[in-house]
Amino acid sequence: MAKKPDLLPGTLDMLILKTLQRAPLHGYGIALSIKRLSDDVLTVEEGSLYPALQRLLLQGWVKAEWKMTETNRRARFYTLTAAGRKQLGVELTQFEQMIAAIGRVLRDVQEA
Amino acid sequence: MNSISRFVKKLALLFGRDRYSADLDEEMAFHREQAEREFVAGGMMPEAARYAAMRQFGNATRMKERSHEVVGFKAETVVQDLRFALRQLRKNPGFALTAIMILALGMGVSVAIFGFVDAALLEPLPYAAPNRLMDVDENSAMFPRSNLSRDDYEDWKRLNHSFTSLEVYGGTGYLLRTPSGPVPVPAGRVSDGFFRTLGVKPMLGRDFLPGEDRPGQAKILILSYGTWLTRYGGRRDIVGQAVNLNEDSYTIIGVLPREFSFAPRGNAEFWVPLLDKNGCEVRRSCHNLYGVGRLRDGVTQRAALEEMTAIAAQLAVQYPGSNQGQGASVMPLSELIVGKVRPILFTLLSAAGLLLLIACVNVASLLLVRSEARRREIAVRGALGATRVRLARQFVTEGLLLAAVGCIGGIIAAGWVMTMLKRLVPKAMADGMPFLSGVGVNAHTGMFAGAVALAAALLMAATPVLRLSFQDIREGLGDGGRAAAGRFWRRMGANLVVMELSVAMVLLVGAGLLGKSFYRLLHVENGFDTTHLATVQVAAPDSGYPKTEQKVALYRAIGRRLSSLPGVQSVGITSDLPVQCNCDTDWIRIVGKPFHGEHNEVDERDVSPGYLPTLKARLVRGRLFTEDDDASKGQKIVINEALAEKYFPGEDPIGQKVGNGDLDPKSMREIIGVIANVREGGLDDELWPAEYQALYQSSDTFFAVAVRTTPDEKAALPVLVKALHEVDPNLGTYGEITMTDQIESTQTALLHRLSTWLVGGFAGMALVLGVVGLYGVIAYSVSQRTREIGVRMALGAQRSSVYQLVLGEAGRLIVVGVVVGLAGAVGAAMLMRKLLFGVQVWDAGTLLGVAVVLGASAMLASYFPARRAASVNPTEALRAE
Repeated sequence: MAKKPDLLPGTLDMLILKTLQRAPLHGYGIALSIKRLSDDVLTVEEGSLYPALQRLLLQGWVKAEWKMTETNRRARFYTLTAAGRKQLGVELTQFEQMIAAIGRVLRDVQEA
Repeated sequence: MNSISRFVKKLALLFGRDRYSADLDEEMAFHREQAEREFVAGGMMPEAARYAAMRQFGNATRMKERSHEVVGFKAETVVQDLRFALRQLRKNPGFALTAIMILALGMGVSVAIFGFVDAALLEPLPYAAPNRLMDVDENSAMFPRSNLSRDDYEDWKRLNHSFTSLEVYGGTGYLLRTPSGPVPVPAGRVSDGFFRTLGVKPMLGRDFLPGEDRPGQAKILILSYGTWLTRYGGRRDIVGQAVNLNEDSYTIIGVLPREFSFAPRGNAEFWVPLLDKNGCEVRRSCHNLYGVGRLRDGVTQRAALEEMTAIAAQLAVQYPGSNQGQGASVMPLSELIVGKVRPILFTLLSAAGLLLLIACVNVASLLLVRSEARRREIAVRGALGATRVRLARQFVTEGLLLAAVGCIGGIIAAGWVMTMLKRLVPKAMADGMPFLSGVGVNAHTGMFAGAVALAAALLMAATPVLRLSFQDIREGLGDGGRAAAGRFWRRMGANLVVMELSVAMVLLVGAGLLGKSFYRLLHVENGFDTTHLATVQVAAPDSGYPKTEQKVALYRAIGRRLSSLPGVQSVGITSDLPVQCNCDTDWIRIVGKPFHGEHNEVDERDVSPGYLPTLKARLVRGRLFTEDDDASKGQKIVINEALAEKYFPGEDPIGQKVGNGDLDPKSMREIIGVIANVREGGLDDELWPAEYQALYQSSDTFFAVAVRTTPDEKAALPVLVKALHEVDPNLGTYGEITMTDQIESTQTALLHRLSTWLVGGFAGMALVLGVVGLYGVIAYSVSQRTREIGVRMALGAQRSSVYQLVLGEAGRLIVVGVVVGLAGAVGAAMLMRKLLFGVQVWDAGTLLGVAVVLGASAMLASYFPARRAASVNPTEALRAE
């Protein structure tokens, strides 16, 4: 079995927040959504997903409530809060700055 | 998001923990279901889909734990560990109880003994700046510390620069007049600055003023607190009232505080100033006081001793007749009070420490056995994802829990043991040990207990953790690990058992030697028949018997009256009863022998004609006193063999004359008889030369009566007292006791008895713990080797060879333990040499006896597992695995 690339450290929270920006989702839905949107490149390990969700809940960036799914199953849906939206903005900015910086370094190395 | 609201959320989650867990469970189950459905939709068989979903999901427990970690507090895992530890202990109450009891026992005993050491050695004197207080006395060839004479004291006080104040005290007794007749009371006689020097202020009234101790001053006194309460009902208006002592009126000027005690005169009820020179104080050679001084700042004990020695030398030149050979002794007052009990306390503390060590080792090996039995559990928990740190922490928690509970039990036990031990000390002895009141559970003992508990906890925690780190988790899962682990355990367990056995050996030898000393002490040659002797002290009022003839008439009347009592065989009267002290001495000079002013110190006793026969002292030569040896005849003495040997070697002393240093004609006396040595001093004191004068020629109003009676001397005591009051209702009587009781209650005997019983008790417990420890190791080893033994027997091994196998293993451990213990025991005995009496450190009988007792009980303990091993049924043993 080929090893899939790990998520960049520190990006999981951001990915979850981004995923929830469009609509409230349950844990499985979040994992599935990330996987699909990344064309199966990014896999969120369940072992990391749920502790991360607990962390976000505790920070107050998401909130959770039990709702019925379309298949009439009870599931816990996570919704982005206002604080979460703000946090997402902060993280996206930081991430873009970081990518830009890495890109500059890589370019420089190639040209040298 | 600030940390406060996070904390509040965590707190809310803490209380909704069940709900939180349920939510998480449901959420994860949902997740797995969805994944499973996906797999099925992708064409997988339902069964396979479920497993795939579960595999993908991973370790659910681990994940849940991580989620919990996110929202939980750090301390929560500690609580979890603690809860688990409690559950573990509750699941195995036998183990938990045994461990806790052993720990509590070891801790209780050592903390209790420490309580005594702390009180006696760290804070022995209830005075201001007690380490500056010195006992200041004279010394001579026979006495390293001898009483100070009043004249010498006056000179010392005037000439010295070492002390800010130098005071004296002496013992005395009075007949106190009470409505129910005269009562003899012990009292202290002190110089005026005595209490100021100690730093003690009366709680009521005032102290003696400077100059109030001079001859001719008013008769005043200070009450001890106890006397104020019991005799005067604690009345606050008592100051200024009169007290009648020896037919003289004294005015009460003060009452001492409750916490005051002065050990050398611990039982004094009244404190009077020196006042007139009494009895022999007119002579400079009359040594009847003791000095106590407070060192001037910056002066050391040594410097003070040097100065006092120089002053003594100066006085010896000035007054050669009385002061030749009289030096000075300066030592800390605390040394005087606790010097005698210090080696005993140290011995007891060491013994208690050893017992604690055995207890801890025992519990540690119990823990080891248990960690062995829990190998599987640990391996499973490790495989399920418990980290090594978490596993180790679990063991540490269990160890700490055990130690904590043991510690609490230990402190409770310590309080109980201390109360019990204090009760064991008789009143008369407790008066001389003021520190006893400070013994109890306090900050010091609490701190000590805490330190011991910490050490115990570390040991408890370290043992299984050490064990854990040696163990490979995977190995624990398979059965194959058993052999290796068994070896590990056997090595470690065996070492622990050897240690236990050798420590038990040390304690047993110590107890044996002390026991033998005690036996020797009680069976020391006393030179008289100690059985069936009833004794009582008598104080006759001086006013009733001012003249010698009146006193002699009183002695004779007492002899007649007591002889007529049923069962009484003979009656004797003496100035001092035997087995007390080498005191009340006299300096003698032999007529016709060279003399250079040396002090030939001998015990001096005044005895009635009936006294030596009543003791059944053995006459060696000459004769004893008769009723005719009274004041109308020339003075005569009977001497003991020690005096005869020392001053008349190879001669017949009968008919020789003895006098004082100046051969004053009034002091001349003739030797009429020699008796075998009667022990006048304490049980462990040397036998001194002694002279016995005729009581009818040297009478006093304070004397002791000894009566030989059958069959029960104890029952005779009240009868004696009653009969004495029939002779004269004004006689004061006290201290009625049988001779055997008196010998057994001397301080020497009591200290020996106490240390023998305590060390003996410790040794007994150590023996039990050590033997039980050995049993545990052997039994465990047998249980681990059941298969091996089965194979051996299946291959034809005899039962006897199985016995040999097991007992051989035990025997090796025992031999090593005993040999190591013997070496340690001799070393320990060297350290407590001071406590031994009539027994050598390497007393072969004791060493051998203890080795045999320990060896035999240890072999017996290993016999049971050996028998179990030998009765193994080979087929069952092989099938069982």
